[in-house]
Amino acid sequence: MSDIADKVKKIVVEHLGVDESKVTPDASFIDDLGADSLDTVELVMAFEEAFSVEIPEDAAEKIATVKDAIDYIEKQKAA
Amino acid sequence: MSGTATNGRRVVVTGIGVVSPLAVGAELTWKRLIEGQSGIGRITHFDPSELPAQVAGQVPDGPTAEGGLTLSDWVPVKDQKKMDRFIHLGLAAAIQAVEDSGWKPEDEDGRCATGVMIGSGIGGLQTIYDGSLTVSSGKARRLSPFFIPSALINLISGHLSIRYGFKGPNHAVVTACATGVHAIGDASRLIQYGDADVMVAGGAEAAICSLGIAGFCSARALSTGSNDDPTKASRPWDKDRDGFIMGEGAGVVVLEELEHAKRRGAKIYGEIGGYGMSGDAYHITAPAEGHNGAFRAMKAALRNSGGLTTADIDYVNAHGTSTMADDLELDAVERFFGDDAKRLAMSSTKSAIGHLLGAAGAVEAIFCLQAIRDGIVPPTLNLDNPARESVIDRVAHVAQERKIDVALSNSFGFGGTNASIILKRFKD
Repeated sequence: MSDIADKVKKIVVEHLGVDESKVTPDASFIDDLGADSLDTVELVMAFEEAFSVEIPEDAAEKIATVKDAIDYIEKQKAA
Repeated sequence: MSGTATNGRRVVVTGIGVVSPLAVGAELTWKRLIEGQSGIGRITHFDPSELPAQVAGQVPDGPTAEGGLTLSDWVPVKDQKKMDRFIHLGLAAAIQAVEDSGWKPEDEDGRCATGVMIGSGIGGLQTIYDGSLTVSSGKARRLSPFFIPSALINLISGHLSIRYGFKGPNHAVVTACATGVHAIGDASRLIQYGDADVMVAGGAEAAICSLGIAGFCSARALSTGSNDDPTKASRPWDKDRDGFIMGEGAGVVVLEELEHAKRRGAKIYGEIGGYGMSGDAYHITAPAEGHNGAFRAMKAALRNSGGLTTADIDYVNAHGTSTMADDLELDAVERFFGDDAKRLAMSSTKSAIGHLLGAAGAVEAIFCLQAIRDGIVPPTLNLDNPARESVIDRVAHVAQERKIDVALSNSFGFGGTNASIILKRFKD
């Protein structure tokens, strides 16, 4: 697993208070990890802060799973 | 409308919860209070050394079983950062009260007949402070999505209703230091009027932060002369008093329509015996000479008590904040009770826990219920040399055993808002 994936996982565990084993790539923040809409806003802010990236609102709306987040951040970092 | 207390529906208290500088827990707080313990100490929530007032009544950390605050026993860890401390403390008291009452609505009608009215004087002050630092450092886009719901005063009521499924009236009072009494009194009226059968009501406060202490210092309201001897700082009616001591905490009661409580065999602490309010229309922080507002609030409480007189009232839990206003309240109580003042006991429990602002009136109403139950009047600590004499026994230093059937509690707030509530022994 990449460094980015590791860090994303850690942030999700910390912010949503869920067990690490539940944070699989396909896990949906809202459906599987108990987040509500405000939690997801906060998560995206935490990603922005941790990776020094900007995630515009329309992009943030499409980040529903752990994998969505990792992919988006990896793409930004590669660009 | 005639001045009956109850509109046919009587309101009793069936659950109590307290978070105070003496303990987390209504009974442990009460035990320590009547032992004469003080919850006042040097401020540790932040470094107060730049400020003239450096002592306060902070809720102690520690294991729940020993009366300390272990937040995770009340609020799940992942939710804690979504709420300011005043919500944490309010929920801890409210959960105690609900569990104590044993009330668990089993159906939708029961849930819809159960409401919440828990207020605060100030709300999420530390959260607002932290949020403004974020914005002022150019990071407005990083402001937490939980900033607003963390700071809003009615969010204790909101969170509690979500936790238990209480779908009745959801409300919150904001009347500075009169909040707790107004919440219990107004919630009682919702029950009398039929808007609910059960109301969870009270107040919470957590303003011991640099902004809160600095603000009250600037208003010249806090004691500054006992920084080296914190337990002596709060001294209502004493000639050496020099301002109030900020406290934090929460008081919450479960109010219930009498027949509803009886049907489910609930334990009854006492009955709401009367409730009155007034406004000073005088000054934003100071009461008028003679404290006419206090007098009128007490009179209003008696007027709708269903026939009680001043001769029936055995104990007054005074607002008594350890400021110059103490003697004005004393004037008003003496005038109001007339000849009956001679047999009255009156104490200020702020001498032990400080002034819990929006939580004060609720915590003090609970003390009145415990005083009625146990036949014990809590003491006024540090009343070494009364600034003026009175025929009223102010219960200096040590608690007194006394039969108390009816107690009255006063709370007055900035803006010139006054509230008095009468608690009485339940008799079927």
